[in-house]
Amino acid sequence: MKAFKSIFLIRIINGLQYRAVAIGEVLMRFFWGLMEILAYAALFRMGSENFSMTLTQTVSYVWMQQILFVLFRGVVGDAEIYSTIAEGSIAYELVRPVSLYGRWFSQSAANRIVPTLLGSLPLLAIVPFMPGDYRMVFPASAGQILLFLVSCVLALGVVVAFAMLMNISLFYLTTHRGIRMIVSVTTHFFSGGMIPLSFFPDSVRRVVVLLPFASMRDVPLQIWCGTLSGADACRGMLLQIFWLGVLVVTGYAWMEQALKRVVVQGG
Amino acid sequence: MEKVMIECRGLCKTYRVAKREAGFGNAVKALFSREYELVRALREVSFTVQDGEIVGYIGPNGAGKSTTIKTMCGILTPDAGECVINGRTPWKERKKHVREIGVVFGQRSQLWWDIPVMDSFHLLRDMYKIEPVVYKRNLEELTELLALKEILRTPVRNLSLGQRMRCEIAASLLHDPRILFLDEPTIGLDAVSKLNVRRFIKKRNREHGTTVILTTHDMQDIEALTERVLLIGKGRLLMDGKLDELKRHCSTKKTLRIKYRGQVPKLFEGAALLEKQGFACGEAGPGEDPGGESAGELTLSLDPHVKSVSAAIADLAAQTELLDVSVTDITAEEMVAELYEEYQI
Repeated sequence: MKAFKSIFLIRIINGLQYRAVAIGEVLMRFFWGLMEILAYAALFRMGSENFSMTLTQTVSYVWMQQILFVLFRGVVGDAEIYSTIAEGSIAYELVRPVSLYGRWFSQSAANRIVPTLLGSLPLLAIVPFMPGDYRMVFPASAGQILLFLVSCVLALGVVVAFAMLMNISLFYLTTHRGIRMIVSVTTHFFSGGMIPLSFFPDSVRRVVVLLPFASMRDVPLQIWCGTLSGADACRGMLLQIFWLGVLVVTGYAWMEQALKRVVVQGG
Repeated sequence: MEKVMIECRGLCKTYRVAKREAGFGNAVKALFSREYELVRALREVSFTVQDGEIVGYIGPNGAGKSTTIKTMCGILTPDAGECVINGRTPWKERKKHVREIGVVFGQRSQLWWDIPVMDSFHLLRDMYKIEPVVYKRNLEELTELLALKEILRTPVRNLSLGQRMRCEIAASLLHDPRILFLDEPTIGLDAVSKLNVRRFIKKRNREHGTTVILTTHDMQDIEALTERVLLIGKGRLLMDGKLDELKRHCSTKKTLRIKYRGQVPKLFEGAALLEKQGFACGEAGPGEDPGGESAGELTLSLDPHVKSVSAAIADLAAQTELLDVSVTDITAEEMVAELYEEYQI
């Protein structure tokens, strides 16, 4: 466990070095969020009778989505894991007395947490003070905030466990480009990264919320903006736990399988 | 009593390599169906290594050296054969096995590129669960021997190759491994760094009894470090023996290099001219004719069965004034070239 903590820490040390990246991240998230909110505001002005979320809820959803954008992203900064496999330095990772799955899991989680802390949390200091409709509203109760936090941790777990499947698939593929695009667009769309799942047509939504992607972002964000609470929130979180278990077990077993046939070429 | 540290029996490994003809049409075809060719990287490789030995593992590119090393490190699973290292099969008990070994792949880095070396060392400490006392002692010892003091706080990207390699070697020894695998540890290093690395490896072996398996293309590494050499070619282990014996196997000939002044010595039976070079005598100024007196350097190959070394020198000395004489065996470099040729690898 200590080893994984250290791997996690060293990633944080590593990530703290890139200041320009952090500044860029803050600007990008802020303006992107603002743009989305302007679009939603325009939609809501045209009439919102059929919408399943209010404008306030949508605004809170969008801001929190931007703040936690990297945290819940299916494909992000795991470049060193890809290159480890592509360039063969995985040889070094395999001569350590540490489970490679655990190692990459910590690394991958850290790769999402560091930029979130550095780049996105500053937004937290801005968006609650935005004027009028553009303001992010906090959940009504402390209990709701607690549910949200727990759900965030679970969502991160699901995201990383899913990303691990992609990482392992790289043992079988020549390049990460194709699979990355596939994973990126699927996770983003079906987790509510483009528009909240609540805006999906009902029949589609009923299926989509059961998929692992919903556990990656939709559940915590819905809890945050108040569209998911009480028993519904707990059901959502149970589903997160279910997917986390399934994905970790699958990934772990697949990794063991992949390592048996790994071929480190050259050198 | 000597203890067997590594025992490999009948290791086989075959790689499947995708092949296609060049060109657009073939590239499109390969999107749908690929042809594979089987490359037999290891064929029945067997050897044993005693505890505390330094063994040089040589062979041309693609011979199977790295495959063997990676198998012994537990990274690769062979198709057939057994390998027991320190009582364990590497690929079956990988995590326990790797705790006992240190590895340096000269062409790769185990240090984090953007952060100071020390942070990488701390990570290794936690991964290997090294006791704080042991870690401190080892770190101090390695820092001293490898002269790391000044560079431990530098990010790896700012280190020279020689500095980095010293750090890599230190990194591989922090956890007191019983066996050290060095895969081309001196690749790309300058002369001074090479000497330092060799001296350190030798010392480590002597003082800690660390078993060392070394692959390299640098025959001076082999000459400086190892007594025993394994030669592999096309996946087969071709020779296993002492470096001197191997040299004698290849050739018992001596190389005789002389500098002389006076007349050019005539060659005798058992000697063959390898190289001849004339140069002007010290006494002749610029533009002057050195006169009838000639001088030069000769490199001869001598078969000591036909004429002994002392008789050859006496013969040469009788004919001309000898300024300098050196006698050497064939170099490891020449030996390897001959072996590669002999086995057509």
